[in-house]
Amino acid sequence: MTFLLDRRSALAGATGLALLGGRAMAVPAAPGTRFLLVFLRGAYDAANVIAPVRNAFYHEARPTLALAAPDPANPLAALPLDADWSLHPALRDSIAPLWQSRQIAFVPFAGTEDMSRSHFETQDSIEMGQPIGNAAQRHYGSGFMGRLATTLGAGGQGTIAFSDTLPLVMRGGPMIPNLALGGNGKQVIDDSETAMIAAMYRGQHLGGVDLDGAVHAGFTARDTVWHTIDDEMRASGRGAIAARGFEAAASRIGVIMRDKYNLAFVDVGGWDTHVNQGGATGQLAGRIGELGRGLAAYASVLGPQAWRQTVVVVMSEFGRTFHENGNHGTDHGHGSIYWVMGGAVAGGRMVGPQVRIAPETLNQNRDLPVLTDYRALIGGLWQRQYGLSKAQMETIFPGVMPARLNLI
Amino acid sequence: MTKARVFVAGLALIGMGSGMGANAFAADPASRLALAERLTWGPRGDEAVPGPGDPAATLAVPINAPLPPAAAQIIARMRISRQPMTQIVMDMTERRRVNNAIADPDAKAAADKVWRGDMADLEREATTRGILRELYSPAQMGEQLTWFWANHFSVHGQKREIRAMLGGWDTTLRDHALGKFRDLLTATVTAPAMLQYLDNDQNAAGHINENYAREIMELHTLGVGAGYSQKDVQELARILTGVGVRLNPDTPHMAPDKMALYVRDGLFEFNPARHDFGDKVLLGQTIHGGFGNGTGFGEVAQAIRILADAPATRVHVSRKLALFLLGHNPSPALLNTMTAEWQASDGTIAGVVAVVLRSDEFRASLGQGFKDPMHYVLSAVRYAYGGRVIRNADPILNWLRRMDEAPYGRETPDGWPLDAAAWTGPGQMETRFEIAKAIGNGSAGLFKSRDPGGPDEPAFPQLQNALWFSGLDHTIGTQTRTVLDHAASSPQWNMLWLASPEFMRR
Repeated sequence: MTFLLDRRSALAGATGLALLGGRAMAVPAAPGTRFLLVFLRGAYDAANVIAPVRNAFYHEARPTLALAAPDPANPLAALPLDADWSLHPALRDSIAPLWQSRQIAFVPFAGTEDMSRSHFETQDSIEMGQPIGNAAQRHYGSGFMGRLATTLGAGGQGTIAFSDTLPLVMRGGPMIPNLALGGNGKQVIDDSETAMIAAMYRGQHLGGVDLDGAVHAGFTARDTVWHTIDDEMRASGRGAIAARGFEAAASRIGVIMRDKYNLAFVDVGGWDTHVNQGGATGQLAGRIGELGRGLAAYASVLGPQAWRQTVVVVMSEFGRTFHENGNHGTDHGHGSIYWVMGGAVAGGRMVGPQVRIAPETLNQNRDLPVLTDYRALIGGLWQRQYGLSKAQMETIFPGVMPARLNLI
Repeated sequence: MTKARVFVAGLALIGMGSGMGANAFAADPASRLALAERLTWGPRGDEAVPGPGDPAATLAVPINAPLPPAAAQIIARMRISRQPMTQIVMDMTERRRVNNAIADPDAKAAADKVWRGDMADLEREATTRGILRELYSPAQMGEQLTWFWANHFSVHGQKREIRAMLGGWDTTLRDHALGKFRDLLTATVTAPAMLQYLDNDQNAAGHINENYAREIMELHTLGVGAGYSQKDVQELARILTGVGVRLNPDTPHMAPDKMALYVRDGLFEFNPARHDFGDKVLLGQTIHGGFGNGTGFGEVAQAIRILADAPATRVHVSRKLALFLLGHNPSPALLNTMTAEWQASDGTIAGVVAVVLRSDEFRASLGQGFKDPMHYVLSAVRYAYGGRVIRNADPILNWLRRMDEAPYGRETPDGWPLDAAAWTGPGQMETRFEIAKAIGNGSAGLFKSRDPGGPDEPAFPQLQNALWFSGLDHTIGTQTRTVLDHAASSPQWNMLWLASPEFMRR
């Protein structure tokens, strides 16, 4: 062992190792059809974001949380959507314009058959996307976006999760990279070191985990994503990103999905509002405002052409109790309200079966029923977007009939 | 602490009765090294490969065994060591009350800033103390189990006053980490950090908040799908009404019949004025309310006993322990042996753990696991610096944040995942390599005193050390060896070794 290599031989060594590693760092395919799943972890209180404000029972059930019925003179009043539903005022400048231009639809009474009301159990069962009746037949390492990536072929190219860890929904198919967008993107491991590390991992597995694939995908995604963002920032005069949190991340996701990746997942936390969730202002208003600004920025960064090829679904593991609890918050419920947005989405309407919300229509006297299954909803969108056959749909969402909601 | 000592004596008996020889585990260096990787937070670089022995012997080291003087001194200077947690929290609460009354906005902002800084210091003290114990305590298995329980009963440090409670919370878990599960569960039910985190301090008769009740059953005891219902959650929430936290020394006023049932211990209180005194039915068992014997907090004690002793609890907790210790789910046979030991020992954690450590499955699992970020970072620092005590844990805390496994950093109560697949995502591997480079390059701030103007002691990670030359070097695959031989410098060799697939395994 010697460290007395001169620079030239060190470089030669690195080059040799790059050849040893054998694989070029692949650049993802140019995107066409795009899909982004936004998962609100913690169960957002859908009924106070897309709220039935003209329903007297809503105000009875939520004496301190309810939004005020639409009133142009009151900036804190909800914004009218249709005869029954209104939008949270924190979404006035972000989501309301998309509704006006019919690029967003809401699917009330959406959710899962999982009644555990457990965040973790339900998130997992959603991400697996398999029937929950027979535990023995479930594949715990397989998520529905991973299976879509398998179905689309291309070895998962163009697919990415914008998260600190690789979510269950993306597992079980081809090796899909995950990347958090919080950092500054400075390259710490240089190209020569990258090649040396790749060489150490060549063919390495640990149990069922393909470490080689993970390392390779990680380096590729790092290079692709940060070069894309860097180019964009250079093009836009290196304007500092003023936005924070999800808002900032969503703009970056827009750039990345405009240019390089076309199937993506991002999760947003902070929705478990058991205590003091607020109404027109406060905790939930802050979170939902940030989400709305982020999604509007995402659409704008994609640009009109790419936005027309894009579908975004916003979902959460379940809704919350229709009645507020004793702490000005809400507890774990069942049915939620999902968002479907995109430049070619037939929006500006509430979609899917509905019931009038009343004490007798609540699920278990507690929360909204589920009338549209998330797998039928997403399956229906994907069938149209990707032109998938019945057999292909069956591998992605086994035993599910895709819903015909005419969203795209 | 007394409990822990008594229990260690009991463990020696378990050891003698097990019938397993001290040489049950192979004596070759690679196997011994793999064993050390699992029984500790990572083998120390300044020690040769450890000798063979009974893997469960490490459980007999008293959990509060003294740390090396340099680490003990850092801890002794901490506010959390000098003041009881109750006093710290009351002091911080009172200071915030005073701050809120300041009329001048600038003065208030300045006072708030100082207060927030002090809260951050309290959190950093608790997390630093935890890391010093993990790095240097002789009770390495006990420290790993303390981490396991902090993860099983996960709390998020940033909520409410929890930052000021972490020191006391950590001590509570450590004191019970190897003892009886029922005692551990009881300690968590009366811990202010847990009660604030899961909102039970807001759970009162007529204002039910079922957050904590649900998580106790789902995460802490029975496990999801164990057959309890939404009704059971609601009933447990009713039982838990009045179980809360009082942030000042005052006693609330209430009628004498209720006052007789008032319980107070530090910040913990059971407040009968907030309790639902009706009868409840939990998992089919009636728990009587009213003002009789065993009502009030007695109902909570009954519920804890029902939950701690439920068969589903020993299956759920044993399976999770095995997953932590083995890196994969246990076979039905091993799980059966664990739950049988649980029953025989009245839920003694060390006994159940010993069953795993002495099993064939444990032996077969050695070297097949993947280090989670905690094990990765701590094993790298133990490998690089051995017994030389770091001066500053901030770099370690920062690396853990970047790898998304910071102490008390999990927002949700399910704790960090225990399966390898959660930590091998492409983005995570990339982050790990960057951290390997930071550790391999130099002292990385680990020996820079936090005192203003304090010294930054010279230090360099010697990775080709006693451990390396005592047999570790023979366990490296040819692919990694070839790359290491091409390293252009000592720091690069360090980075590559810490980034290698061999170093990720445990």
